[in-house]
Amino acid sequence: MHVPDGFFDVPVSVGGGVVAAGGVALCLRGAHRELDDRTAPMAGLVAAFIFAAQMINFPVASGTSGHLLGGALAAILVGPYTGALCVAVVLLVQGVFFADGGLTALGINMVDMSLVTVLVGYAVFRGLLRVLPSTRKSVVASSFVAALVSVPAAALSFVLLYAVGGTTDVPLGQVATAMLGVHILIGIGEAFMTALTVASVMATRPDLVFGARHVLPTLELRTTPATVGGS
Amino acid sequence: MSGGHSDRLYVPGASAVHRLPPQCKLVAVLTFVLIVVATPRDQFWAFGLYAVVLASVAAVARVPAPVILRRMVVELPFLVFALLLPFVSHGERVQFFGLTVSEAGLLGAWNVLAKGTLGVVASILLAATTEPRTLLLGLERLHLPALMVQIMSFMFRYADVIGGEMHRMRIARESRGFQARDVRQLRVVAQSAGALFIRSYERGERVHLAMLSRGYAGSMPVIVDVRAGRGQWLTAAALPMPALAIAVTAWSLT
Repeated sequence: MHVPDGFFDVPVSVGGGVVAAGGVALCLRGAHRELDDRTAPMAGLVAAFIFAAQMINFPVASGTSGHLLGGALAAILVGPYTGALCVAVVLLVQGVFFADGGLTALGINMVDMSLVTVLVGYAVFRGLLRVLPSTRKSVVASSFVAALVSVPAAALSFVLLYAVGGTTDVPLGQVATAMLGVHILIGIGEAFMTALTVASVMATRPDLVFGARHVLPTLELRTTPATVGGS
Repeated sequence: MSGGHSDRLYVPGASAVHRLPPQCKLVAVLTFVLIVVATPRDQFWAFGLYAVVLASVAAVARVPAPVILRRMVVELPFLVFALLLPFVSHGERVQFFGLTVSEAGLLGAWNVLAKGTLGVVASILLAATTEPRTLLLGLERLHLPALMVQIMSFMFRYADVIGGEMHRMRIARESRGFQARDVRQLRVVAQSAGALFIRSYERGERVHLAMLSRGYAGSMPVIVDVRAGRGQWLTAAALPMPALAIAVTAWSLT
């Protein structure tokens, strides 16, 4: 869903760029607060992971396949700031180096696919965890719903931007129905993939799931004085 | 290992375009694309002239046409979308190659196709004439936050490593007889993604320790500096300036 050049008019493209720059600056500060001097290598490697994970194709129905978008997954695994930053970096690299997504639409792409996806996904995830019991199952269920909602949310923000500065003459209602319809389907695939991935990370390294850090009980080291035999 | 991406994107050469400092090229391409996007869609000739400008840049840079054409496939998904536009748009219906389509939709499809294609070709030329490492230096020169540039360079450095790891996991799955046929096999694919995340994260931790042991304290040393002189900026303006002239003429004609 990389928006190309010419799809949005200049004011909306520039406006999107300004919002994206502000959002990315905020994420840079947030990520630096969380990771300190580990930011560059950690965010870089997570971005490389998202870049690679987007290439994993999974079968959907006969013949068709989908791939992960990774916004909600990144937010749950490494936190909202680092997650949004990593997705933004992936988009920037795809736009500047791979000509995937227009340069003038870069801001819009970042707002839709990085900022909105992560913000909505993470908000839903944390909100659900607050009301659900603190178990492994609730973490997986929450990530399912978070990913499910995050993809149509990104499509909705695209439709809103389209209403302001779209350059084609397709009536808004039709755009909204088509975009939301398609992205609800994509969202279902994204939800299964995200939830199952989070579940597999939880099974081996639960400490690496940022979003669930405060949910699961931390293992504590208990020392009990040993009774020395020989009495 | 680290050169994997540049092999695919960069076309080595020593032309005037190759030698320009990266920040000049970045600004030139971005300005060019902005001008193209701002051009009124019904001035068809203007887009032809833009294509001529890009073609001459490609000729000067000696980037072979097949390379550009091959990389233009990124545009495909969106080409399909553009082809649908004339059928779903509102407005007056016209006959077009025996089909009844919306006139506004036809114009919209042309608009998105022409501008999108010019943007894609401009980006391809930029990446084909600038090494990724140099392009990152150019972004830093243009005041992209240094931390962002560092993250991008790490991503670039390790994209092939992580991609290779993913590839080996796929081979391992398939050599054990696994074949993803439908959604029921999603769990296995997701488990691979999870394992890939853990490996990437742990590699990041090791990279950080390796950096610390080499004296990293938050900023990367600048080894090559890419300063741009006035002359180089003027040379780079050879892309957006003709485009600006074309756009101004197009605007005055509407």
